[in-house]
Amino acid sequence: MNRLLAPGFLTGLFVVLFWVLCALFGPWLEPFDPYKDDLMNALAPPSAAHWFGTDQIGRDIFSRIIAGARPILSVAPAATLLATLCGTSLGLITGYAGGWVDAVLSRLIEVILALPLIVVALLVLVALGPSSLNVTIVIALVFTPIIARTVRSAVIGECKLDYVPAAALRDEGALHIMFVEILPNILPPILVEVTVRLGYAIFTVASLSFLGFGVQPPSPDWGLTIAENYGLIVGGYGWTVGFAALATASLVVGVNLVAEGLQDAVR
Amino acid sequence: MIRLITRRAALSALTLLLLSMVVFAGGQLLPGDVGRSILGPLADARAVAALNHQLGTDAPPVWMYLRWIGHLLRGDMGLSYAYRSPVAPFIVHALGKSAALAAITAVTVVPLAIGGGIIAALNRDKWPDKLITLGGLSLTVVPEFVSGILLILVFGVWLRWLPISANTRPGTGVLEQLRHLILPALPLVLILFGYIARIARAGMIEALEADYTRTARLKGLTRRTVIFRHVLRNALLPTITVVAAQTSYLLGGLVVVETLFRYQGIGSLILTAARGKDYPMMEAGILTVGLAYIISAVVADMLVALLDPRNRAATQ
Repeated sequence: MNRLLAPGFLTGLFVVLFWVLCALFGPWLEPFDPYKDDLMNALAPPSAAHWFGTDQIGRDIFSRIIAGARPILSVAPAATLLATLCGTSLGLITGYAGGWVDAVLSRLIEVILALPLIVVALLVLVALGPSSLNVTIVIALVFTPIIARTVRSAVIGECKLDYVPAAALRDEGALHIMFVEILPNILPPILVEVTVRLGYAIFTVASLSFLGFGVQPPSPDWGLTIAENYGLIVGGYGWTVGFAALATASLVVGVNLVAEGLQDAVR
Repeated sequence: MIRLITRRAALSALTLLLLSMVVFAGGQLLPGDVGRSILGPLADARAVAALNHQLGTDAPPVWMYLRWIGHLLRGDMGLSYAYRSPVAPFIVHALGKSAALAAITAVTVVPLAIGGGIIAALNRDKWPDKLITLGGLSLTVVPEFVSGILLILVFGVWLRWLPISANTRPGTGVLEQLRHLILPALPLVLILFGYIARIARAGMIEALEADYTRTARLKGLTRRTVIFRHVLRNALLPTITVVAAQTSYLLGGLVVVETLFRYQGIGSLILTAARGKDYPMMEAGILTVGLAYIISAVVADMLVALLDPRNRAATQ
């Protein structure tokens, strides 16, 4: 447990908690309405009034950065949670039951890994239309077999231990053995996999927003903010995108530091 | 050895077949009514039916898939809905541009990351190791458009060292063209560095602790000779597989980086086609990306098989 007190893990935890607080209590922290335009004050550089400056239509960027924590911290965790539920069940079943499901699963993963996640997401989102819900579903769909694989190998390891055949001899049902006997024992690797996946989910959600296939305007989402304003860099209006980029970078690095810390602790 | 290659090729062919089904399903079945999705919800039903008939998208799905595959096998990627001309020349042109960007990235990141991994392994648990491992891993999770924006702001706008556009006027010299590709390549380098360095580090540590290394040292060879002759060779084998596996990330990153830097490669081609619902273009682009990945994975496996002395012994 001492490893959880490592500086990297604590820094990551602190950063993630900061953004979670912004997502939860954003409306009370924002000095301005993040959606309210102020055309007389458009593209104002950072100042005492507007700490991070204003964007093309004069919206306060500091407020929009705080408000932008909410879209990404709802879509990415929702997708990860959905994938964890489906992937864990699938992994338990294939690991415990085995057989042909196993072969199908590994082939499926190979196909999924052959395409970049962004490209798979584009393929599906073009057909279904861009929206937060569809982004959640696509990411969950791709992550499910990957989580299932991790869970499956953990399950196979557990099945070699005495308590599993013992439970079978007690005449416990397969479902009971999978979810009551095995599952609690493989929670640590699942937890690590989930934090790692959460990092990738944030990565993907942000990239999709940037490409225009995620959250739609006028959302203060960071990826979307960068997509809307990066043409202005040449004009010297770097603050319209710089802070959103720093915010995204700090969140993903924070989540990754937490994942690394957990991984070390489990090992 | 030959059995290994045949098995690998058969598996890849199967993956490719499944991939084509996924791409077809995503591009032609998921949208449902292709004509409707192009013309929009307000279009007349007869116009939609006419367009579907013209595009051949009113046939049964299985038949459409077989026809599509048949054309593909003969090198015919179909007609672009947006440009009303064959897709193939667009793909070839874009692929060339992306290959240039990918090559610059690979040439930069592979030596850098392997060097980083080796330094980390030789200084295990000391500060260079922690810096390279944790720093590298943190960079791998930062999306390319985020690091790209920060790099543009620092090196393009603030320091003015590098051009912020990937495109050059026709007739620009090769060196100047390369200079324009540095900034677009950097986000990809940052993403890949951590993965490759981590595997190189792990391979090095394993080789350093192996019996043959101890034997070589006990034989009286210098540390330098042991590292160069014995450790490196064994340590870098797994790295090849990882480099190939990262091709997928690299290709995905191209979509984002090419969009950010307005570079007309395969990634931006797929994105433009996706935005314009140009399904044949999108499918051909995605399939090309998948094929590139599968090929690089096979090549890497062959390379590992060839370089690994244990495999060589088995064939002789």
